[in-house]
Amino acid sequence: MNNILSIITFLPLVAAAILALFLRGNDAAAQKNAKMLALIATSMTFVVSLFLIAQFDPADTGFQFVEERDWLVGLKYKMGVDGISILFVMLTTFLMPLTILACWGVDHRVKEYMIALLALETLMLGVFCALDLVLFYLFFEGGLIPMFLIIGIWGGKERIYAAFKFFLYTFLGSVLMLVAMVAMYVDAGNTDIPTLLAHNFGSESFSVLGIHVVGGMQTLMWLAFFASFAVKMPMWPVHTWLPDAHVQAPTAGSVVLAAILLKMGGYGFLRFSLPMFPIASDILAPLVLWMSAIAIVYTSLVALAQHDMKKLIAYSSVAHMGYVTAGIFAANQQGLDGAIFQMISHGFISGALFLCVGVIYDRMHTREIDAYGGLVNRMPAYALIFLFFTMANVGLPGTSGFIGEFLVLMGLFQVNTWVAAIATTGVILSAAYALWLYRRVVLGDLIKESLKTIKDMTQRERFIFAPLVVMTLLLGVYPSLVTDIIGPSVAALITDHQTALADWPGATQIADSAMQTTGH
Amino acid sequence: MTNADFSTVLPEVILALYAMLALLFGVYTGKDKVAPLLTWLTSALFAVLAFYIGLTGEGATAAFGGMFTDDGFSRFAKVVILLAAAAILLMSEGYMAKRNLLRFEYPLLIALATVGMMVMVSAGDLIVLYMGLELQSLSLYVVASLRRDHVKSTEAGLKYFVLGALSSGLLLYGASLTYGFAGTTLFSGIIQAADHDIPLGLLFGLVFIVSGLAFKVSAAPFHMWTPDVYEGSPTPVTAFFATAPKMAAMGLFARVVHDAFGGITADWGQVVALLSVLSMFLGAIAAIGQRNIKRLMAYSSIAHMGFALMGLASGTAFGVQAMLIYMTIYVTMNIGTFAFIMSMERDGHVVTDITALNNYSKHEPLKAFALLILMFSLAGVPPMVGFFGKFYVLQAAVQANMAWLAIAGVIASVIGAFYYLRIVFYMYFGAETEPLDKSMGPAQWVFLMASAAIMVLGVVNLFGIEGPATAAAAALVN
Repeated sequence: MNNILSIITFLPLVAAAILALFLRGNDAAAQKNAKMLALIATSMTFVVSLFLIAQFDPADTGFQFVEERDWLVGLKYKMGVDGISILFVMLTTFLMPLTILACWGVDHRVKEYMIALLALETLMLGVFCALDLVLFYLFFEGGLIPMFLIIGIWGGKERIYAAFKFFLYTFLGSVLMLVAMVAMYVDAGNTDIPTLLAHNFGSESFSVLGIHVVGGMQTLMWLAFFASFAVKMPMWPVHTWLPDAHVQAPTAGSVVLAAILLKMGGYGFLRFSLPMFPIASDILAPLVLWMSAIAIVYTSLVALAQHDMKKLIAYSSVAHMGYVTAGIFAANQQGLDGAIFQMISHGFISGALFLCVGVIYDRMHTREIDAYGGLVNRMPAYALIFLFFTMANVGLPGTSGFIGEFLVLMGLFQVNTWVAAIATTGVILSAAYALWLYRRVVLGDLIKESLKTIKDMTQRERFIFAPLVVMTLLLGVYPSLVTDIIGPSVAALITDHQTALADWPGATQIADSAMQTTGH
Repeated sequence: MTNADFSTVLPEVILALYAMLALLFGVYTGKDKVAPLLTWLTSALFAVLAFYIGLTGEGATAAFGGMFTDDGFSRFAKVVILLAAAAILLMSEGYMAKRNLLRFEYPLLIALATVGMMVMVSAGDLIVLYMGLELQSLSLYVVASLRRDHVKSTEAGLKYFVLGALSSGLLLYGASLTYGFAGTTLFSGIIQAADHDIPLGLLFGLVFIVSGLAFKVSAAPFHMWTPDVYEGSPTPVTAFFATAPKMAAMGLFARVVHDAFGGITADWGQVVALLSVLSMFLGAIAAIGQRNIKRLMAYSSIAHMGFALMGLASGTAFGVQAMLIYMTIYVTMNIGTFAFIMSMERDGHVVTDITALNNYSKHEPLKAFALLILMFSLAGVPPMVGFFGKFYVLQAAVQANMAWLAIAGVIASVIGAFYYLRIVFYMYFGAETEPLDKSMGPAQWVFLMASAAIMVLGVVNLFGIEGPATAAAAALVN
């Protein structure tokens, strides 16, 4: 099985092609078949990916399951995973069947919906598996097309504005990265990611248009990559596309967006920014840390003021992604472990929270918080599950949310105490907005006339949440399940990073000038 | 004239003779009744010549004392030109017949224009260059106003003629200056005169020639004729304008700057870079306001020419290769897109407003999907092949230390993405309106689907055009 990664990546696309070419008709039976086929394909992908993780050797810090074929001149079709990327592959394959189940109630252009979701899965998996710069970009950008259609066709009232904003915002970020990628290709003569990881990009300072650039080429490339990943992540202040996209996207779209697509930004930082441009990362880390701190506090406060449930959770996602960026650019073992852990855990929790909103949206067709209240009286099972994920979102010990935040804060504290202190207030704020949301929607007396007949969750809905509850708890009480896999790769990344920094003659200059500035 | 010289220009001679014989045949037999037959015949001849040139040609030969060059570069360009012309003729037959526009002169004028283009990309001398260019242009002026009872079509023809004449004047002025200062019209002579330190007059000549050529490729700021001509001409003629002549003009552009002025890359590189950046931004921004799909495609072509010029601006062999790949992909995409535009009608009347595409995906899911692929490909979004064209030209620009040009290009491409997305938006999320007719000619259907399929499947290896493009670029730049 030395092409298992290609099988995992392209299995959903094959299913999408079968759907597109062979499924005819638009009656209820055809719709059911489309959903079944999509469910089977995504489940099969998940099963195959179980073989992948079973055979994965965490002690090996290099890339495993590597496939390599010639592509266009100078480019290669190269796939492989290491300790950092494999869990994102698993997260994607795990969540996709649940996503398909979550849109079982859709009856508008079902076939196209399934095709879009399946194509999206292939593109997302490709991002995490690609070991060639251009191949990575292909998958990374390609994901915009199905997501644009998902928001635009199946979204809410303002879907067109949201779809265009989503596409153009992320496209603008990515094309700058494309220029940097081309520059890397020209500089290193190669687009192979393992080779580029070992390549030293120039870091001699120079001037561009009269501006003195410390860290030279690395800094410019880092900034270009940052433009793309920060938008994708999304980081404050370029997060504004996310609430719009989330609010307008259908439930499945929101789940995929929050749980997987946002992780591409974090993965990009881990795969490109930090290891390939260590010096630029070091120079610009304070900027990222402070931006993350602002993101955590600011978006948490914004979340408090929301009237729309999805918007509230979207802002909460931005705040949680703030921990991820802070952890990554803390650049120590706890910080990186915590950042990856937080991304995986946020994948389960935010996905589940959007599904929770989806459950009541399907019944009442509104996301206004004021339209609800006292749901516990009619929906006890729902109240319990929503409570569980609210607590996980807050970061209650015993859930996976706690581990990620704790590790990040620990790593951050060693690097920058002030940022760590500010970021910690985010934990309190997240408790405030999440619990307040819960109180307004679920607790209290059921006084709204329209809610008097609302039904509790169906078997299908309970079944969707079950695996998410299990995973959130499991990772909360037994985190080494994740840290054992990512640990060695992260340790290797940090060692390389430190070596690169130690070799850089400019390090002392920067330190000197910093001393001088503080001295004056 | 020796036999060897003659065999080098054989394809051009065959095509020119065919056009004249067919003209006689048309006049003395059924006139417009033989038009369908002539269309098929011309198109078949194009295809045969394309295969003949593509498969048998090898090496580089200069005929007529260096006035006419047959090398890898000219063969690559000729194959693209011939195949594009054949495709456009095939798919336009139905459209023209339906509107009583299928006169027997139409395929023959296209054939003569194609001879002109073939001469252009093979030119080794300023006089031959001008001869090819004028043969092409004069034929195109006539086809632009083919619909002679229609105000817009006649206006298009006249406008094209007046502005085309102006550009020819600029070019001729530049050519005479060049001749005056270089003492020869042969490219091989000019390149010796224009080495490193060049007289000011020669530089002026270069600038005027470049301006004249920029008119022909419709690069900003010499683009003014494009939207009106695209809008006014019958759609198949517009489709033709957007494909083969663009390739020919680009080929000629590369030929002149490298064969004649290859020694002073830095001098023209800046001019071409400026043309490139202006075209990319003008094409991207001006198209936003367009509701007419033909005008929109006109601005889209201006933006695309900007990108192709980016490859040329780098002044390297790789840049020429990137330009050739870009142009081939561009021509392929445009054939598919125009196959669709030709089929746009409601109750038998031509529609060009993009709002007519409202909710098209509901009525015609397959065709809408094909157009979706083409639009994303035109916007340069991966994994569509259109992205690779952009990737190559960006690479050429960065290699030549023109990162600023690459950054400007990608920003323009984001702005441009908006109007391609808007077409997708109308097709997929638009409001319910009266649908377009379902009918579509079989040839149009085939070209639309084939073009869309190429845009997706080409991601595997770009159908191997990279190798020939490399060889072609190596033949031109040495």
